[in-house]
Amino acid sequence: MKFSKQWLQEWLATEITTEDLLTQLPMLGIEVDSTKHVAGDFTGVIVAEIVECEQHPNADRLRLCKVNNGTEIIAIVCGGKNARKGIKVALATVGAELPGGLKIKRGKIRGEESLGMLCSEVELGLAETSDGIIELPIDAPIGKDIRDYLQLNDLMIEVDLTPNRGDCLSIQGIAREIAAKNNIKLQAIKITEQPATIKDTFPVILEVKMACPSYSGRVIKNINPEAVSPLWLKEKLRRSGLRSISPIVDVTNYVLLELGQPLHAFDLAKLNKEIRVRGAKKGETIKLLNESIIELKENTQVIADANGPIAIAGVMGGLNSSCTAQTTSIFLESALFVPEIIAGKARQYGLHTDSSHRFERGVDPTLQTLAIERATELLLSIVGGEAGPVISVMDEEHLPKKSLIKLAEAKVNNILGVTLPKSTISELLQSLHMQVEEITGGWTVLPPSFRYDINIDVDLIEEIARFYGYNNIPLHHPHSPVGFLNEKETERKIKHWRQCLVARGYHESITYSFVDPKIQALLEPNSKALALANPISAELAVMRTSLWAGLLQTVLYNQNRQQNRVRLFETGKRFVQTEQGLLQEEMIAGVITDTDIPAQWAQASRKLDFFDLKGDLEALIDLSGNKDNFIFEAGQHCALHPGQSSRLIYNENEIGWLGALHPHIQQKLELNGPIFLFEIKQEALMQARLPVFQSLSKFPLIRRDLALIVKDTVSAVDVINVIKKIGNMLLVDFNIFDVYKGKGVPDEHKSIGVTLTLQDKERTLVDEEVNEFMNRVINALEQQLHASLRE
Amino acid sequence: MQQLTILIQQAKEAITHCNDLAVLDNIRVQYLGKKGTLTELLQSIGKLDPVERPKAGQAINVAKQEISVLLDEKKVALDAIAIGEQLAKEKVDVTLPGRKQSKGSYHPVSLANARLEAFFHQCGFTTAYGPEVEDEYYNFAALNIPLHHPARASHDTFYFADGRLLRTHTSPVQIRVLQQQKPPVRIIAPGRVYRCDSDVTHTPMFNQVEGLVIDKESSFADLKGILHAMVEAFFEQTLAVRFRPSYFPFTEPSAEMDIQCVKCHGTGVDCRICKATGWLEVLGCGMVHPNVLKAVNVDPEEYQGYAFGLGVDRLAMLRYGIDDLRLMFENDVRFLEQF
Repeated sequence: MKFSKQWLQEWLATEITTEDLLTQLPMLGIEVDSTKHVAGDFTGVIVAEIVECEQHPNADRLRLCKVNNGTEIIAIVCGGKNARKGIKVALATVGAELPGGLKIKRGKIRGEESLGMLCSEVELGLAETSDGIIELPIDAPIGKDIRDYLQLNDLMIEVDLTPNRGDCLSIQGIAREIAAKNNIKLQAIKITEQPATIKDTFPVILEVKMACPSYSGRVIKNINPEAVSPLWLKEKLRRSGLRSISPIVDVTNYVLLELGQPLHAFDLAKLNKEIRVRGAKKGETIKLLNESIIELKENTQVIADANGPIAIAGVMGGLNSSCTAQTTSIFLESALFVPEIIAGKARQYGLHTDSSHRFERGVDPTLQTLAIERATELLLSIVGGEAGPVISVMDEEHLPKKSLIKLAEAKVNNILGVTLPKSTISELLQSLHMQVEEITGGWTVLPPSFRYDINIDVDLIEEIARFYGYNNIPLHHPHSPVGFLNEKETERKIKHWRQCLVARGYHESITYSFVDPKIQALLEPNSKALALANPISAELAVMRTSLWAGLLQTVLYNQNRQQNRVRLFETGKRFVQTEQGLLQEEMIAGVITDTDIPAQWAQASRKLDFFDLKGDLEALIDLSGNKDNFIFEAGQHCALHPGQSSRLIYNENEIGWLGALHPHIQQKLELNGPIFLFEIKQEALMQARLPVFQSLSKFPLIRRDLALIVKDTVSAVDVINVIKKIGNMLLVDFNIFDVYKGKGVPDEHKSIGVTLTLQDKERTLVDEEVNEFMNRVINALEQQLHASLRE
Repeated sequence: MQQLTILIQQAKEAITHCNDLAVLDNIRVQYLGKKGTLTELLQSIGKLDPVERPKAGQAINVAKQEISVLLDEKKVALDAIAIGEQLAKEKVDVTLPGRKQSKGSYHPVSLANARLEAFFHQCGFTTAYGPEVEDEYYNFAALNIPLHHPARASHDTFYFADGRLLRTHTSPVQIRVLQQQKPPVRIIAPGRVYRCDSDVTHTPMFNQVEGLVIDKESSFADLKGILHAMVEAFFEQTLAVRFRPSYFPFTEPSAEMDIQCVKCHGTGVDCRICKATGWLEVLGCGMVHPNVLKAVNVDPEEYQGYAFGLGVDRLAMLRYGIDDLRLMFENDVRFLEQF
C-alpha cells in the first residue's frame, strides 16, 4: 500500500517527524518498501494568474502571456496549449531552479521577452506525463510558493503489509498504529450523516448471507457529469499511487484508501429491477471493468440484477453497469464480504484488486454505512446531486464478531520471557482499542471489530510484545536441561563421504532437483519421472530420478567455459516412482572427466579409465570398514558403456552404479570424454564396523607369486573367490599385481599375477606347509577355472 | 730398519695422494693385509738376532699403528667427500610443485551448514530431515495455513498433478518430528526448499535451516538469545541484531531478525549489500502457534517453544562475499574451487 505522510498526519493530533515515522513502521511490523518525494526538487515556483494571452507573432505554437505574479505583471512566452486568460498557473520565476538542474533566466524566445516559465506537472516532477501547463484552482493565492500551496514537501511511502494486517490497509489503520505507538491522539475525520433529499431507493436482496452479511446502498441522482475532481483529491490519490479517473471513481477510491472500505458505484440507469447478492450460476459470464470476459464458477458470489451478474462480489465490477461520462444517477454499494469465503476467488480468475486484497484480509464490519456517508458527502460536494436514504441489509447472525479472550498474566511472562507490570500490559492493550477488564490472574479482553487477526491469548501477547518493543525484551541464553548428543561411532554420515571425495579432488556441487526431461529420458528411458504441474521452465520440468542429469549438465556448463577436466560430486535426493509410491532416496553421485591428474611436471597424466573411478568409490566404501560386503558386478545400464559398467551390490541389494558414460549419450549431449559416473544410495554407506583389534604376529611373512593363464571370460573376482575359499588362517593377504594379454599368452586368454601372503601367529612357517598350501590353491584354480601356471 | 723407514715413507705418500676409497682399501691391503709388506716384515723378525727382535717388533708395530691411523683418517675424509658429492648430485628444486591430484572443495552452502550444525549441536540440538516432495497437509494445513489463506499465495508453490507439492520451506519437518517425538524437542532441519520464482535474487531452489524447540519454558527471550549467539558464532564477530514484528501463520508472536550489515558494519554508507540501511534480514522466527501444537496433539497449555527458519544461501553469500545468488547453483568449477 502507498500513502503520503501528509495524509497520515491529518489523522494524528500531534506532529510526527518523517524520520520517526520511518523508524517506527518497521518496528511495528509494517515493512517500508520504498519512499519517494511527491514532487521533484525545485525552487522559485509560485502561484500566478494569466491576465492576457495572445498568439506569438513569430511562432504558431507559442503564446504571449501577461502574468500577474502578485507584485507586477510580467511577460511570459508559453508553449502550453491550454494557456489562456484567467487561469491560475505555476510560474517559475527568474532565478528558479527546476528538477534536473534547469535554471530559469530572463530571455527572449523568438524575439519576444520572457521573464520566467509556466510549468507543466512533468516539469515539476508531479507526473510522468502531462497535457499542458498546470491549472490551479481559481482561488489559489497569487504569489504563494507552489510548494507550500500544494504541500509538496511530502513523502510517498510504500509499505508491505503482512496478510494478517488487513486493518492497516488504510490511512485510518496506519494512523491507529502510529497514534498508539506514540501515545498521541487519533484525529479521526468526522463523518456526518448525509440526510436523504429524495426518496429513491433500490431493492437489495441477500441470498448468500454467510458470504455477505452486510450490504449498504444508496441512490444518488442528478449529478453533474461535467464535474471534474478537485486538485486536492487528485493529489491525494496520486500520492497514494492511484490515477484520477472521474469524480465518482476517485471518491470511491479515496474512501477505500482513507477508511479501508471498498466501494462500488453502479450506473443506476443500467440496473434492472434489483440488486441480488447470490452465487454464480453455471455458464454465467461477465464482462469486467478491465474488459475481460470471464466464465463464472459456481463457487463464486456475484452481485446481479434481473439480467444477470453485474459484479464479482468483492473483486471487480462489470463493464456494462459501470459509470461513464454520461452517468447522472448512481447506486453506491458498500458491502462486507467475509474473508473465509472471498479468499482465493479473485485468484482463480487471475485477478487481484484493491477490493479483493482487502476483503480477503478482512474489512471492519462496522464500516459499511460510515463509508457510504463519507462517500456521499464527498460526491455531493464535487458532482452535486441528491441522495436517497441509505439502504442497509444486514444479517446479524453471520456478521463477524469478536469474542472475549482470557489472558493470563503468567502466560504473557512465560511466553515472552520477561516480567511486565500488569498496568503496562493493560495500557498497551487499551491503546490498541481493546476493551480490557481485569480478573484474577489476568484479564478478559475484547478486541476491536477491525482486528481479524486477534482471536486467542497469544495474539494478544504478540500485540503486547509489539508495542512494548521486541528489542526491549531481553536476550536470554537458554538454560534448558543439557541433552547429550551421542554420535554413533559405527555410523557414517554425509560429512565423512564429503571429506573423502574432497580429499580425492572432487568439487562439491549443488544442482537443481528438477531437471530437463529430455536429458532424464536419455539417461533413464525406462523410469517415469515425476513432472511438475507448473515448472519454472521446460528445462526444469521433472524431478530427477538420478543425480547424473544435473551433474552432466554441470560438466557441459564447465566444458563450454574451457574447463575440460572436472571432478564433481553431489549429495541429495532422487525421486523415483515405484508401485509402492514415490521414493525420495538420499544419494551420493559423482562425475569425473578427462585425465587422472591435472597436467604437472613430475608425472604424465593419462586419460581416465574405469579403475580411476572405481578407486574413488572403493575409498568411499572403505570408510565403512565393511568393504567385503560390497560386490562390483558387471551389469548393463542405459546410460553407461556396456563394457565398462558395474552394478554395486550391498547385502544382496543393488545400491548403485558406476561406469563410463555411454558414447552415444556423450555425443548427444556434446560432451568431451572420457566421462565416468557413479551414484550410490547413501543408506548403504552408513553402516560402519567398530574396529576390533587383532593381535600382531611376531613370525615372518612368506610371499609367493603365481602367474596364471586363464580364459578371457574368467574375471578377477573368480580367481579371488577360489583363492579365498581355499585360504585358511595362514592366508593374510593377496594382491593382483599384474594383468597381461599379448605375447606369450594364448589368444582369448590372459595372464593374471597374484601375490599370496602367508603368516602364522604362533610359529614360523616351514617350506613344506607353504608348498602344500600353494599346491592346493593351484589345483583348485586348475580344476575350477582351467587355469594353468605361466611358464 | 732403514727398509721400515722407507716403507712408512712410501705408505704415507700413497695415502696422501689417494683420492679414492677403493684405492685406499688397496693401500691398506698392501701394507697391513695378511700378505702386506708390514705383516711380512713382522714375520721376518725371526731371522733377526734375538737381541734385536723386540726392538724391531716394536718399531714395526708402531709403524703399523701409524699407517692404520693415517688410513682411517683418510677414509673419514674420503667418505665425507663422497657423501658431499652424493648430496650435491641429489639436490632438488624444492620450489617446484609437488606431485598431486587437483584440489577438491566443499560447496559454500555445505560450509555454512556445517558451521550452523556445529553451533546448534553444541546447544543440544539434533538434526532431523524430511521429504522434499510433500503434501498440502504438512506444508500448509498443519502449519496453520488453511486453504486460500493469503499466505499461501506468497509461497509460489510448485505443484504436481496429484496435488502434492515441493516443500516451500523446511517447516514441515516440525510437524513430522512432533508426530514422532514427544516434547522436549530440540532439532534443526537443514534442506532444500522450492519456490516458483526466479530472478536476480531468487532461485527456484534454495537452502534453509529450520529450528524447533518445544519444552515447558522456552520463551521469546530464549529465542532471541540463541539466535543472537548463533549469528555471532557464525560470523565470528560481535554483531548488533534487531527483531521486527512479522507474520507467519505458524508462529505467534512472529519476528524477523535483522543483523547489523557485515559489509559496512551497520553504517549503511554507500553499501549495496544492505541497500544503505545498515541492516540485513536473515531469518524469520517466532513462538510456535498453539494451532501447530494442537495439530500434533501437544497441549499448548503445557508446552511452548520457538521455531526459526533461516536462508543458508544468504548466510553463505555474506560470509564468503559472494555477490550473485545464481552462482551458487551454476557450479562453475572456477567458483567452486574457491571454497
